[in-house]
Amino acid sequence: MTEEEIKKARAKAEQGERLSLQDALALYEDNDLLFLASCARKMKEKKSGKNVFYNVNRHINLTNICTSGCPLCAFQCEEGDKRGYVMETEDVARVLEDAKKVRNLGEIHIVSALHPTKDFDYYLNVVRQVKAALPDVDIKAFTPVEVVHFSQMTGKSVKEVLKILKEAGLSSLPGGGAEILNDRVRKEICPKKATTAQWIETIKAAHELGIRTNCSIMYGHIETIEERLQHLFTLRDIQDETGGFQAFIAFPFHPANTQLSHLKRVGSWEDMKMIAMSRLILDNIDHVKAFWIMLTTPLAQLALGFGADDLDGTIGEEKIIHEAGAKTGTGTTRERLRKLITEAGMIPVERDTFYNPIKEAE
Amino acid sequence: MYATNEYADIEQKILNEERLTREDGIRLFKCHDIAWLGNMADIVRKKKCGDIVYYNVNCHVNLTNICTSHCKFCAFGKDKDSKGAYAFSVEEAINVVRDAKKDPNLAGLHVVSGLHPDWSFEDYLERLQALHNEFPELYLKGFTGVEITHFSKISGLSIEEVLKKLKAAGLQAIAGGGAEILSDRVRTELCPKKATADEWIEVARTAHKLGIKTNASMLYGHIETIEERVDHLIKLRNLQDETGGLQTFICFPFLPKNTELGQNVRQTSMWDDLRTMAISRLMLDNIKNIKAYWVMLTVPVAQIALGFGANDIDGTVHKETILHDAGATSPTALSEDYIIKIIRDAGRIPAACDCNFNILRRFD
Ligand code: SF4
Ligand code: SF4
Repeated sequence: MTEEEIKKARAKAEQGERLSLQDALALYEDNDLLFLASCARKMKEKKSGKNVFYNVNRHINLTNICTSGCPLCAFQCEEGDKRGYVMETEDVARVLEDAKKVRNLGEIHIVSALHPTKDFDYYLNVVRQVKAALPDVDIKAFTPVEVVHFSQMTGKSVKEVLKILKEAGLSSLPGGGAEILNDRVRKEICPKKATTAQWIETIKAAHELGIRTNCSIMYGHIETIEERLQHLFTLRDIQDETGGFQAFIAFPFHPANTQLSHLKRVGSWEDMKMIAMSRLILDNIDHVKAFWIMLTTPLAQLALGFGADDLDGTIGEEKIIHEAGAKTGTGTTRERLRKLITEAGMIPVERDTFYNPIKEAE
Repeated sequence: MYATNEYADIEQKILNEERLTREDGIRLFKCHDIAWLGNMADIVRKKKCGDIVYYNVNCHVNLTNICTSHCKFCAFGKDKDSKGAYAFSVEEAINVVRDAKKDPNLAGLHVVSGLHPDWSFEDYLERLQALHNEFPELYLKGFTGVEITHFSKISGLSIEEVLKKLKAAGLQAIAGGGAEILSDRVRTELCPKKATADEWIEVARTAHKLGIKTNASMLYGHIETIEERVDHLIKLRNLQDETGGLQTFICFPFLPKNTELGQNVRQTSMWDDLRTMAISRLMLDNIKNIKAYWVMLTVPVAQIALGFGANDIDGTVHKETILHDAGATSPTALSEDYIIKIIRDAGRIPAACDCNFNILRRFD
């Protein structure tokens, strides 16, 4: 990168102008973290002022037995493994009983492995079961990877699958499974699951059906910096077309217990740089989420100064990430999240899935 | 212009390299725009120190943890008959270092200890001398203003005489600890038995006069007010105006675990750690280096601190007991390769240095 290119990119970032991939590469190389943070923070304030969102949610991971065997995954195991589990109707019911006791529960978040024998009806029934038990709670469930799997199992198009899920009560899709939308990378980190094209097709189909989704990145493994940044531009292009993304989440890769455990977890510098750069590049996505369970609470709090405006939720059970060696607790309280936000000089706003503020939370 | 209007005047001062006032410092602590604070501190850091980040490969030798002082924030000091109390003989001290010397890059020693009720000044001096004789190639940094004040009291020698003897025994630089908060209100409450604010400053001043460089520090996040933090920084800045002998400033967040004070005080947040780092960089315009001490801050905070004004990350410390007794959760030593990587990932140039910031090796 020439000095000229870096200067130009910095000027654009400062003005909050739309960045090109070249600009992003220049800013990445320039590596002026606090400059990036200042610009990202400005963009955040333009989008959501001093508000920082969180929600009260519960995660359900139905099974960890997976046919996909992605090298990047620490959660899955094969059928017959003693760590394997599947939640049956009674197990789900138990979680829902517990969830009913949560004050102002806003969302149930369901993501799971691709079980070899559980059919689409199994997943569909879970959605129906949740809807019946908690009719006012939003159901955010199934990544595009799972939806593609359902489509393959049933022979229905992804659009049909989504329609059926929506009718059963699904309100939005989480943004996982995007990893890096590049088939060279996917071949190495997750060869058997949805391809780049399939992931994008599913997301677009969802947006067309009026199902909002999130989107994400999993960074810090075998991808090049260019692939990493290009991924963000791919998401930006989709958003220009559909406008269906609500929030973006950056997941740092946790190598422990994966087939890529020889890699090292990237440092906090990189984490914060990703938050700030994502905020700047994704100028058409409203919210950038600092997922505290993956970043640790201190870094998630800091991310609020680097452009993030959402701390995710209070989360009951989160198995997927803890298998991968995340060292955070498995849940937190509303009070704790609110305190983190006020300490950062911002205003905590409890939200529903669609970022509508929930009034009585204060 | 990076700041919101509210802070535009301070931003102007910083960019013009004007000195910040006490009021400015207090206002900065009220600022919630941490990205701006960091950015300002980073701009100052670039001008003052360039892109080199110092680290050192040293071994901490804590000669004894038996201490008469009973400071309320201390998790290290013990009574003689407490479980885990120890006092190294000359041989034991040497053995600690011999063990650490297995690392061929070990460059120096950092010697700080409790105020042992039965040890005379000679007992400390003898151990220092022995370490120096045995390992003349290792640089020797050690003893805080608190220990040196104590030596003067128990020996009847003046501060100057104590320092001269330590220097003759091989001491090359004085550690920055024991400053805590240089306010007698705070000290009376937390550490009434050890050196007062004036005594601590007097040791540093005398050392500088003798040509011995010292470090300075601040222990924050306990009972001190924001004003007291700022006043502390200004006291150090005034001293530095007078002598120029402070090499680096270290921010120590108070780690409440295992201390008497810990029941009532919560640990500082990363947010507080980083803004304190940035404000220290901005207020201490006459101290060259700001250290992000990873052992206390944890590695993730220390790495980010490199963007908040720090240009020193301390070292691959062997045998750190003081802080780990206080529940520091960081590993007790980092490999040099790892430190180099942390610094490089932050876009800076790692350089191993001795206790007087002479560069031993750099990795461009
Ligand atoms: S990442 Fe998802 S699809 Fe891949 S192995 Fe893990 S659970 Fe299965
Ligand atoms: S801080 Fe130092 S002087 Fe105070 S009790 Fe601990 S070891 Fe002793």
